[in-house]
Amino acid sequence: MAEEVKKIMFTVRKAPHGSIYVYEGLEVKLIMAAYDADISVVFMDDGVFAVKQGQDTKPLGIKGFEATYGALVDYEITKVFVDRQSMEERGMTEEDLLVIGEDEDTEEPIKPQVVGSDEIAAMMAEQHNILSF
Amino acid sequence: MLHTVNKSPFQNTTLESCIRFVRPGDVILLLEDGVLAAQAGSAKSALLEEAMGKCEIYALEADLKARALKELVPGVKTTDYSGFVDLVEQHTTHSWL
Repeated sequence: MAEEVKKIMFTVRKAPHGSIYVYEGLEVKLIMAAYDADISVVFMDDGVFAVKQGQDTKPLGIKGFEATYGALVDYEITKVFVDRQSMEERGMTEEDLLVIGEDEDTEEPIKPQVVGSDEIAAMMAEQHNILSF
Repeated sequence: MLHTVNKSPFQNTTLESCIRFVRPGDVILLLEDGVLAAQAGSAKSALLEEAMGKCEIYALEADLKARALKELVPGVKTTDYSGFVDLVEQHTTHSWL
């Protein structure tokens, strides 16, 4: 009997670089992507800063992760969402979001989807597990 | 859904965010510094008063006692560690860290 595919959501609510949460969370997502799970990622609160394009961490002397985020679609992580209110409260627009991959056929860049809190709450209710970073 | 909140509402906006994503029938459990939100008559007690309309709110007894919190926002229930385990068993949990 086939087991039901687990629905696992990652919520990212911390800003990048000030702590290790965002980086560690990204590592866990890539590891989990190797398993047969239905993965989704939601950036909310200060977590939206993690998906702002143009992060240059060279002056900090640390490895950035924008390039890794750019490969999420390659890892078959395509359900990537940003909470609209968190984004707008922080003066960001959809234009500011980094690219998470490109469309196989059209080679068009793919960005996270901006959604409302009701939609996110409904997705949360469907999960087997939610991991927060 | 069980939402756990362990941050003080006087320090950051975690509880406010949590409440924005709560759906009818969900449960919020306040623990660690999160229980500070349960103090009646504080500048932040309106947060729980508003959330009370759509979900159940619990605060962890051990954390309330340690912080000498006795007058709670009306409607906030208390629970011990075994009640905490029961809540986790009954729901999918999101920790608002």
